[in-house]
Amino acid sequence: MTGTWLGMPPFPVAAREALGNEQLRTNLRKATGTIRGKRAAVVDERADWEALRVAGKEIKDRTLHNLDTYLEQLERKVTESGGVVHWARDAAEANRIVIDLVRAAEADEVVKVKSMATQEIELNEALAEAGIAAYETDLAELIVQLGHDRPSHILVPAIHRNRSEIRDIFLREMPGVTAALTDDPAELAAAARAHLRRKFLTAKVAVSGANFAVADSGTLVVVESEGNGRMCLTLPEVLISVVGIEKLVPTWQDLEVMLQLLPRSSTGERMNPYTSTWTGVTPGDGPQEFHLILLDNGRTGALADDIGRQALRCIRCSACLNVCPVYERTGGHAYGSVYPGPIGAILTPQLRGVTADEVSPTLPFASTLCGACYEVCPVLIDIPQALVHLRAKAVDAKRGKPSAERTAMRVAQWVFGSSRRLRLAQRLVSIGGRVLGRRGRIGRLPGPFKGWSGARDTATPPRQTFRTWWESR
Amino acid sequence: MTAREEILGRIRSALSTVDKAEIVVSRDYQQAIEGDLVGLFAERVADYRAAVVRTTADTVPEAIAEQLAHFGIGSVVTPADLPADWVPQAVTDAPPLDVPALDAADGVVTACAVGIAETGTIVLDAGPGQSRRALTLVPDFHLCVVRTDQIVGTVPEAIARLDGTRPLTWISGPSATSDIELNRVEGVHGPRTLVVLIVG
Repeated sequence: MTGTWLGMPPFPVAAREALGNEQLRTNLRKATGTIRGKRAAVVDERADWEALRVAGKEIKDRTLHNLDTYLEQLERKVTESGGVVHWARDAAEANRIVIDLVRAAEADEVVKVKSMATQEIELNEALAEAGIAAYETDLAELIVQLGHDRPSHILVPAIHRNRSEIRDIFLREMPGVTAALTDDPAELAAAARAHLRRKFLTAKVAVSGANFAVADSGTLVVVESEGNGRMCLTLPEVLISVVGIEKLVPTWQDLEVMLQLLPRSSTGERMNPYTSTWTGVTPGDGPQEFHLILLDNGRTGALADDIGRQALRCIRCSACLNVCPVYERTGGHAYGSVYPGPIGAILTPQLRGVTADEVSPTLPFASTLCGACYEVCPVLIDIPQALVHLRAKAVDAKRGKPSAERTAMRVAQWVFGSSRRLRLAQRLVSIGGRVLGRRGRIGRLPGPFKGWSGARDTATPPRQTFRTWWESR
Repeated sequence: MTAREEILGRIRSALSTVDKAEIVVSRDYQQAIEGDLVGLFAERVADYRAAVVRTTADTVPEAIAEQLAHFGIGSVVTPADLPADWVPQAVTDAPPLDVPALDAADGVVTACAVGIAETGTIVLDAGPGQSRRALTLVPDFHLCVVRTDQIVGTVPEAIARLDGTRPLTWISGPSATSDIELNRVEGVHGPRTLVVLIVG
């Protein structure tokens, strides 16, 4: 995975800044509240929801435990069907393959279907450096691209923008748009339709990701709503799909589970408007040249971790973002990664390495551990368990440097080692607490306690310990 | 070492302590449903703000003509193998029309492969009466004819009927977006009007 977003501060700093943005919090509260309600309604319709979740988890675990076998099977099937398979160890290698393919097609622009994998490898930036223009065609991605912005949500990248902000961006950046454009969502969507139509009808090369890749049939699957996906997957001559190696399912039948879990969990619909599947090349129908790039970029690192591995089950539905009290208040930008929210807090540090940069080690702490993300996850990723596991890894990585926690734990171990020392310590705490505390509360403390006490008050210790109360009965 | 060998090597070493026995997937979720599947299909398709019309096998051409007139659709394209009497005035896609010609057409009329009642979905598999994928994508109006014997109850039943190696398009209502404040807006890039004609 490429580094953190340039100059991105660690989560606590970024979060504090985001919390001060009233407009952002209003936009987010409205959007996540709406989608939570929709999801709950369509999930409640299914008496077999839990059975579907279990099947979803088992399908992905089966994939991950035998990933080498299924990747080889997929490669064979895609090749047999007229596609070309490429492998990319990291972002730079994947970007280079795409650039070479676009140049071989003698094109200087590409149309793009929304894809987390290409955002992760920062493909648009790499293409721009190579002199190739990339046009995002998903409405939300278009809003982000025209706004010179970063996506802040997996499913709705422009969730942090309201309609009047979107109108302003279109007015400023979209050729041919006049001041007559209102902020009515239907009118904004129509403006985007007109803007992209010509691109769709003339583009020679398209770049996509995939929601699923089926090993036993060699089929790629893209799930979408707007039809921009169908446009990109059908009209250009050359199609390049960048797909993370964890996106596989073993069998065609497995899609019956995934195509029920994904739309209900992500957009709160029984089914998304459009799902496209293709297998290699079909003569006379769609692109006559198909390239599949299988991307590692840190995934094998996560695969090696017994607890962290479950993050690779993720089908990018974003249900965990929409229920997370931390995400709802800070928004996606604070996470400093294309994968925000609870899943980002466990996926990003694993893909990059827990100590790779300033942001990664802070992400596992960007959670209250309330467990709401686990409750909604369609493939039963125990995000709280993974968060705690990665917190330990982040702390372990700092070992060697004397830290306040470590010193405190050493002292605690010594104190708890003898009942006499504990009794003495409790008496000292009771006295000390009354000196420090004002009106029954201890506020901000200096030195090593600054981090803990800066954001919360602590109650002063009681005058009497449990032990002295027990003895006095 | 090639990237392929290196990635496969990393995977094998990552999984060295994992039990490689294949996990059996429990499939005790709902496989099929009973009851009035056609009625449920009609209700669920309409739920997506698609127009749903029911007719009988011998009145298909009249029903299609009525819908085309209702939506003001003048120029229509059809797959070459669609029954010729369904839309007598249509331009057939043989030889295949180029993209500007598709863009100039008002609408398209096709058949389908499968209908899914529970989710209100129609599936096109480029089989008889459906042609290639671009045909149902570029024109702004799509009328799709679904025979009642093509309607199944659930997604698992549909998956069992479909061949994964054919190019498939699953359609649930017209093109839509929810990207602006999560308000659903019909019609971004795909056909903005979808009419589903149920026959039988």
